[in-house]
Amino acid sequence: MDLKRKDILGLQDLSAEEIELILDTAEPMKEILGRDLKKVPTLRGHSVVTLFYEPSTRTRTSFELAAKYLGADTASIAVATSSVQKGESLRDTAKTIEMMGIDVIIIRHSAAGAPHLLSRYVKARVINAGDGAHEHPTQALLDMFTIREKKGRLSGLKVAILGDIAHSRVARSNIWGLTKMGAEVRVIGPPTLMPPDIHKMGARVFYRWEDGLKDVDVINVLRIQLERQQKGLFPSIREYTRLYGLDEEKLRCAKPDVLVLHPGPVNRGIEISPEVQDGRHAVINEQVKNGVAVRMALLYLLMGRGEEDVLTA
Amino acid sequence: MSHHEKTQILDADGIRRALTRISHEILERNAGTQDLVLIGIRRRGVPLAQRIAAKIKEIEGTSVPLGILDINLYRDDLSRLGYQPVLRKTEVPFSVTDKKVVLVDDVLYTGRTVRAALDAIMDLGRPKLIQLAVLIDRGHRELPIRADFVGKNVPTSRRETISVLLQEVDGIDKVVIEEAEK
Repeated sequence: MDLKRKDILGLQDLSAEEIELILDTAEPMKEILGRDLKKVPTLRGHSVVTLFYEPSTRTRTSFELAAKYLGADTASIAVATSSVQKGESLRDTAKTIEMMGIDVIIIRHSAAGAPHLLSRYVKARVINAGDGAHEHPTQALLDMFTIREKKGRLSGLKVAILGDIAHSRVARSNIWGLTKMGAEVRVIGPPTLMPPDIHKMGARVFYRWEDGLKDVDVINVLRIQLERQQKGLFPSIREYTRLYGLDEEKLRCAKPDVLVLHPGPVNRGIEISPEVQDGRHAVINEQVKNGVAVRMALLYLLMGRGEEDVLTA
Repeated sequence: MSHHEKTQILDADGIRRALTRISHEILERNAGTQDLVLIGIRRRGVPLAQRIAAKIKEIEGTSVPLGILDINLYRDDLSRLGYQPVLRKTEVPFSVTDKKVVLVDDVLYTGRTVRAALDAIMDLGRPKLIQLAVLIDRGHRELPIRADFVGKNVPTSRRETISVLLQEVDGIDKVVIEEAEK
């Protein structure tokens, strides 16, 4: 089993076997994170650049540390202070970076499909770190890794994704990935934040938490994207919290050993109550650690093979 | 490339005797089990290390810590392979610092695996010393590396392959030498 592709653009086009390989590879990577000396020489001489057109702290830092722990060199381009402000196109920016000898480009962009476009212009491997409301594959992989680590499996689990489904690339990647791995995925949120065709991806749609959270093994709470909420999609933050914010009352609806995930950053007290966020079901901090391990696994699997073997996705 | 079996070098009894002798030699060289740890290199170094640990327990009555090393992240040929080797976990649940580490593998050949293993161990801490125990030494070293404990020296040609089969992995204990068919 080998990851025979040049880029990681989304979970929609990964097979269950490929996802399994990535999660299996992340396990030995996690062991490295527990060492005093967190460095292996595997990707020495390779270079990784993060090209972020949207703000991010944890994803960018996570990728950079993953690359560094594997011995690669890293550079980061913050678009706010780059030539993009002078009108440079995505294509030209990417070509310029590539000519500096970069092996992997990690891109986040507000436009869905930007990483796919980029991947056609450059020989460097491309990893999608979030494109619009489309996909965020590494977040879904780290969520699945965390669930599998705690539950021992993915197949047969009931996983609820709670919140703003419409604007969420995390939700989409999780639905693609989890359904491929044999989990039952439910999406729960207000009708105004529910995209019309989401059931076609294989998720069951619920508008009431009393129905959706019943007997679930996992709840993945999405961040209310306050920066995207200027359009009056729900009456007030307080009402959202009352109807969809995960608190101890709603949690009792789920299985007694339910896991609570959140991709971060958390709006404390809005989509999740402080008691749940800091309680025994939450694995939010563990997710951050697993994120580095999963990204190390991806960098390892994408690199170190001859160009002739690589299939473009 | 297909292989045909050429000669059996060791049978189950032969392997058992070799490991018994190696266990005695390890104890003799290190004057007992004080600060002694065993680390097996995946894959077949692991069951060999387990057997040596069991033998030492039998002889001395003490259990020595046992670790497992995956050396793939330290290989020097990753960019030439054309594929990524499947990674497995390194499990060394103790500090190697100031320990006498006995590294265990099935076959010593070019020495490149041992080089990778040495680097991997050094990243885990600073051992007092590292010794190498192998079931078979087949020669053809490409690096200045030698074994401290050897089950059997087997002169080979580079065309030949040594296969160590172990009960835990392969369902049978034997060592055979095979030559590539022309």
